[in-house]
Amino acid sequence: MADPMKIRAQLKGDVTEIRVLMGHAMETGQRKDAAGATVPAHFIQSMTVDVGGKRVVDGQIGTSVSRNPVFGFKMKGAKVGDKVVVSWVDNKGDKRSDEAAVA
Amino acid sequence: MNIASSGLRLLSCTAALALSLSVAAQTKDPNAEFEKFRAEMEESNPAELFEVKGEELWKARRGPKNVSLAESCDLGQGVGKVEAAYVKMPRYFADADAVMDAERRIVWCMVEKQGFKFDDIAKKPFQGGNDNNAPEITNLVTYVASGSRNMKFDIPLGDPKVRDAFETGKAMAAYRAGPYDFSCNTCHGVDGKRIRMQNLPNLATPEGAIKGVQGWPGYRMTGGVMLTSQWRMNDCFRQQRFPEPKYASQTITNLLTYMSGNSNGQMYKGPGIKR
Repeated sequence: MADPMKIRAQLKGDVTEIRVLMGHAMETGQRKDAAGATVPAHFIQSMTVDVGGKRVVDGQIGTSVSRNPVFGFKMKGAKVGDKVVVSWVDNKGDKRSDEAAVA
Repeated sequence: MNIASSGLRLLSCTAALALSLSVAAQTKDPNAEFEKFRAEMEESNPAELFEVKGEELWKARRGPKNVSLAESCDLGQGVGKVEAAYVKMPRYFADADAVMDAERRIVWCMVEKQGFKFDDIAKKPFQGGNDNNAPEITNLVTYVASGSRNMKFDIPLGDPKVRDAFETGKAMAAYRAGPYDFSCNTCHGVDGKRIRMQNLPNLATPEGAIKGVQGWPGYRMTGGVMLTSQWRMNDCFRQQRFPEPKYASQTITNLLTYMSGNSNGQMYKGPGIKR
């Protein structure tokens, strides 16, 4: 099973800053291992962020993103206590969803 | 003739340009930009992912003896206690009759308390560039180190056995040998040295020594791997063209006692991030 994410969401003034840290190999499929065999591609393909039940990010990412990536978003309109749900699906169909509350 | 002189002019022009560029570069701290990036990354350090895994491993009943480290391993602060343990190691452990740094002590617990085989742990103790996951021991060290976040180093140098390790480490840092005939102190024993863009801390001072131990265990952005100070010390030997010490050897503990001991009173920020 995929590793849990770390999500922080903080309200500063009227702007909420959301930072997400994901644990993922993000293999490009371009690398070779010690034996010379190609390491198969394994990367997150799509991710979504829902805040307070409303979808605020619905994006596609690919192999140019690093291993264990960090994402940062800024948004207006969220309140303290709003539920932040982040989900991703990778190219092997593996998925993960974690949540946090706006602080 | 004409071609030659115009070539010469071009050359001198390039030289002048290079000179003005280097002057411009020197007026700005070359590390400032990277420090900004690091500060940004520290807020969401991937090391936290390894901390979480380490905590699970610490609390899980594992090994042939099916016990958890949380109920059997004493890091010097009481059985299972992780808080403030990292900044107080290396220290002397009577049950093992040895001075041990954090990683060595955890390995000792895994072998003695959980029944794992040392050779199995030592087979692959560090994460390689192609590995998706860090070895269990790295996760455990990261978790233990996180228990000392924002605490001051307090190595018990008053203990004669720890003092002995400190003095041995100090002597090793000054020992010149190898094909290039230099010691740790050749580069790390004076202020203001650097290699290319890397500033080299003076490990004999508290301010310098803390720079040597700060940020370890650390997440390397190059390759995205988690590495411990055991790995870092081994790498020093490699860079010095020395034979690398065996995993979790007394040699490394001595050097870490010297460096951590010199850092006494300085703040440890927890698992770090490296470029």
